[in-house]
Amino acid sequence: MAKRFRAVAIGVSFGGVQALKLLLGRLPADFPLPLLIVQHLSPEAGDGLAELLDELCAIRVKEADEQERIAPGTAYLAPPNYHLLVERDGSLSLAADARVSYARPSVDVLFESAAAAFGSTLIGVILTGANGDGSSGLRTVKQMGGLAIVQDPEDAPAQQMPLAALAATRADHVVPLEAMTALLCRLVAGEAAAAGRRPGDG
Amino acid sequence: MDAGELEDVEIRLLLEGLQRVYGYDFRDYAEASIKRRLSHWLAESAFATFSQAQSDLLRDPQLFASLLQGITVNVTEMFRDPAFFKAIREQLVPFLKTYPFVKIWHAGCATGEEAYSMAIVLNEEGMTGRYRMYATDIDEAVLQRAQEGVLPMAEMQSYTRNYQKSGGRASFADYYTARYDRAILSAELKAGIVFAPHNLTSDAEFGEMNVVLCRNVMIYFKPALKERCLRLFDASLLPGGFLCLGLKETLDGRETRGAYQELAPGLRIYRKRYG
Repeated sequence: MAKRFRAVAIGVSFGGVQALKLLLGRLPADFPLPLLIVQHLSPEAGDGLAELLDELCAIRVKEADEQERIAPGTAYLAPPNYHLLVERDGSLSLAADARVSYARPSVDVLFESAAAAFGSTLIGVILTGANGDGSSGLRTVKQMGGLAIVQDPEDAPAQQMPLAALAATRADHVVPLEAMTALLCRLVAGEAAAAGRRPGDG
Repeated sequence: MDAGELEDVEIRLLLEGLQRVYGYDFRDYAEASIKRRLSHWLAESAFATFSQAQSDLLRDPQLFASLLQGITVNVTEMFRDPAFFKAIREQLVPFLKTYPFVKIWHAGCATGEEAYSMAIVLNEEGMTGRYRMYATDIDEAVLQRAQEGVLPMAEMQSYTRNYQKSGGRASFADYYTARYDRAILSAELKAGIVFAPHNLTSDAEFGEMNVVLCRNVMIYFKPALKERCLRLFDASLLPGGFLCLGLKETLDGRETRGAYQELAPGLRIYRKRYG
């Protein structure tokens, strides 16, 4: 049976470490999709975040390696100072291109490439953040038929990123962080109920 | 076939044409990234699709030059990844000092900032006049800028910070002259560097190198092209020579891995074994 969803892309900035701890920390070890994550960090912040989250979470969390093949139930963080992209063959690429909207890694760059790779089977998630990165990426996710989830701005430590995303496109779900893990699990489990095979799938 | 797949076909055809007409081969570049840069170029151009642009691109070298500027990545900085340059200074240079003269190939040097950083390290470590650095890039316009060695003054604060973190011993301001909003790098840094065009997709090796640096260039390549580059570097390096890659690049899983040991783990400085 064709799967409704094949990947989750997440963009988060200010307040992101706490948000990711909560969101990823509650995902069950058998969560069936890969999660691709851009968290804005200063280049000096180093590699500690992936290890920290990996300790805390039931799913595997790691920093993305170049040309790594994505695996289910694994969260991949963009390395500091590199853009993270998805190839159509489902492998990851890193890029040292210029900053996009002052950000490297950039949420827009991840979302646009993930939308091209996964089309309607992508879930895009925008969380707390104090800039507008990700809004154009989320719009692309929607244009390609994917699903858009935005953290309720009222619930976010920094509202600008969720607000910019909501201004750029119509989100399918606007929820507080508390409810997001359950929503993701429900969406993924609900695939049995979803309509049949989609063009371009598999 | 959806719109995205159709565009992929158009891009393949265009890259094939560009290779045949101009000799620049982007066919083995990782797709997501080059597609992103091509799409930006297209959005800024007068063309609606790559198929429409192709006819003009194949006939108009000026237009192709603008595309080339758009798809090559020339992002670099002085002492990028200070920990890497600290390891160069403290762990690699002591080996180089045992030679009367060393040759260094910096492949994909873009506007030259890392080559100049290397020159600063070598000069400070007492190797002035004892090295020649071949700094190469595919893009001749960019090499021209590298040769000029003029940097935006606005970057100097962050470069100074990088320099200090990398173990720099002098005052970074001694290495440039400020002219309005530009910083002109000093002539003594240029003395040991030769800037030259070289295309990693098609050109041959540089012989008898003690060091090959190629950082954040091969991340844009598909595996087969990566292997080609690594073979090229291996053929260029003397036994006991050093291969320096970007922080997210590794020899692990590559054909040539066995011929190298890691000098500075995590910093991607490898030493070629003897025999």
